[in-house]
Amino acid sequence: MKKGFKINLFDRDRALEILQVFLTNPFRTFLSGLGVGWGLFMIVVTVGASNGLENGVTSDMGGRVKNSMFLWSQMTSMPYKGFNRGRRFEFNNSDTEYLRENASSIKLVAPRNQLGGHRGSNNIMRGTKSGAFNVYGDVPGYIEIDPVKILSGRYLNQGDLDNERKIAVIGKRVLELLYDKGEEPIGSTIQVQGVLFSVVGVYSTYKTGEDAEEDNQSIFIPYTTFGKAFNQGDLVGWYSLLMDENIHADSSAAEVMSLMKQRKSVHPDDTRALGHWSMASAFEEIETIFGAFRLISFIFGGLALLAGAIGIMNIMLITVRERTKELGIRRAMGATPFTVMRQIMAETMFLTVLSGLAGVSLGVASLEGVNTLLTSMGGAGGSFRNPEISLHTVLIALGVMLIMGIIAGILPAIRAVAIRPVEAIRTE
Amino acid sequence: MIILKDLRKSYTTGNQKLDVLKGLSCHVKEGEIVAIMGSSGSGKSTLLNILGLLDGFDSGEYMLAGESMVGLGERAAAKYRSKFLGFVFQSFNLIGFKTAIENVALPLYYQKVSRKERNATAMEYLKKVGLEDWALHLPNQMSGGQKQRIAIARALVTKPKVILADEPTGALDSTTSREVMTLLREINKEGITMIIVTHEHDIAALCDRTILLTDGLIV
Repeated sequence: MKKGFKINLFDRDRALEILQVFLTNPFRTFLSGLGVGWGLFMIVVTVGASNGLENGVTSDMGGRVKNSMFLWSQMTSMPYKGFNRGRRFEFNNSDTEYLRENASSIKLVAPRNQLGGHRGSNNIMRGTKSGAFNVYGDVPGYIEIDPVKILSGRYLNQGDLDNERKIAVIGKRVLELLYDKGEEPIGSTIQVQGVLFSVVGVYSTYKTGEDAEEDNQSIFIPYTTFGKAFNQGDLVGWYSLLMDENIHADSSAAEVMSLMKQRKSVHPDDTRALGHWSMASAFEEIETIFGAFRLISFIFGGLALLAGAIGIMNIMLITVRERTKELGIRRAMGATPFTVMRQIMAETMFLTVLSGLAGVSLGVASLEGVNTLLTSMGGAGGSFRNPEISLHTVLIALGVMLIMGIIAGILPAIRAVAIRPVEAIRTE
Repeated sequence: MIILKDLRKSYTTGNQKLDVLKGLSCHVKEGEIVAIMGSSGSGKSTLLNILGLLDGFDSGEYMLAGESMVGLGERAAAKYRSKFLGFVFQSFNLIGFKTAIENVALPLYYQKVSRKERNATAMEYLKKVGLEDWALHLPNQMSGGQKQRIAIARALVTKPKVILADEPTGALDSTTSREVMTLLREINKEGITMIIVTHEHDIAALCDRTILLTDGLIV
């Protein structure tokens, strides 16, 4: 054997030695590994579960674009430039142009108008069938802000707007309620508050949950047509905006707000005159909450892991004590202190890693099981979907476990080396 | 083979100092078989442990196969044990969860001998002690005499220069004792120096000579 420091990660003889030792008392081996296994199982399951919850909540929001923002007018709360407080004001097309030209943080301005809606009276008719649906006047760009899936036909286009075409894109639910099964909707005509529109497309939402139902019951018509057909003139109901994603939502919102306040003669400090909501802030909030969830899972799982590692250390200390004689014999047979130390370290690591991997596998298997169950129930489970854990997280957990295994092995190994062969062999 | 000069060893228990070996000198020649006798407390086990490099000593000199054994570290001691010495104990000291052949092969494992060679050599020595049919048995499936023969095979497997035996027949009946002694004598005839600690006169009588210890001194 050439001299030199060589570490074999796997050595058949050493592995057999370890197995032999553990199989001498398999039940105790199992029990001592339980702690670490349990710790990792907990980490995997709780992190997976909070991911599942997050996935559920984000999918309820359904692929809404993160850098979208909504802006609407309310009532002033401060007197300014000769106006009294409590003034109402509205947006119109010139404001749309103004925003397009002046707001540097805006990528896309989509003015919107709405008719009817939520529990309103039946405003849509087709032959003998009728229903109450939301009708929105929209620009083609709106699909970029709140994407929908076009099931058949097409979405609005610029030509529709320019020519003020009387066409409509209807939601899936509208189709189900106004048409017979198998009936072709494209090219058919529906009446919206007495005005005839030709259907050019059918869509469905990406959202899930309550929002989805509401969304699938809507009808999109060209923004210009809306103004003409329903006597809105050039009034804008509210704005949906697509913001520059490189600018933080808060600062881009501030820019838009101050531009609009200036234009509408609203006091710069009036916080009530304009309403706004940005998706990025909502996402940020959700991410903060679930980040905290994950951190908590990690801390508690880590503590469980620590308890497990201490358990393994304890067992190894007892084992070393029990095996005093055996270790003494090994020393008498030519084992060096280093060999003995390595053996005890290897045993500790082996036990830690094996039980840790078992815990991770069991945890991942449980998540997969829940996943399969949720899928087989057809997406039931409310705001809980697709619990998962990233490989990255698992690797971190395993790394922490490895370090704990090393620490757990140090004390027993030192004890084992401190055994002097004479004393060991004398023990009767 | 073994030269001791003014060897001293004392144990300290609490604040009491107990002198166990008080200046031993002796010389064991290569190929000799020597018995060490003495009443309990005379220091014979301590001497054997020192000879076996399992324990250190306070002062004096110890030469083993021409090399000084003064002030060895644990590592060096392990190396010399592995190279020069074989042990036979009163209570056999076999590892309970290992089979006979695994026990015999253990010293070779620590000499980093390959698995195949290890097992072949171990089998050879099992044959030598007449237990090749018991290779795959665990120690608790064997009689005392068989266990001691396994232990002897284990002591021989590294081809040591010296075999140190601590009351090798202490736990055996007279018939098996004789068998074990016969085996040890045979091995000795092959040129291996042998030191046997015993308190039985008929065992000592089978050796070339006897070193008698009384109160830590050779008389």
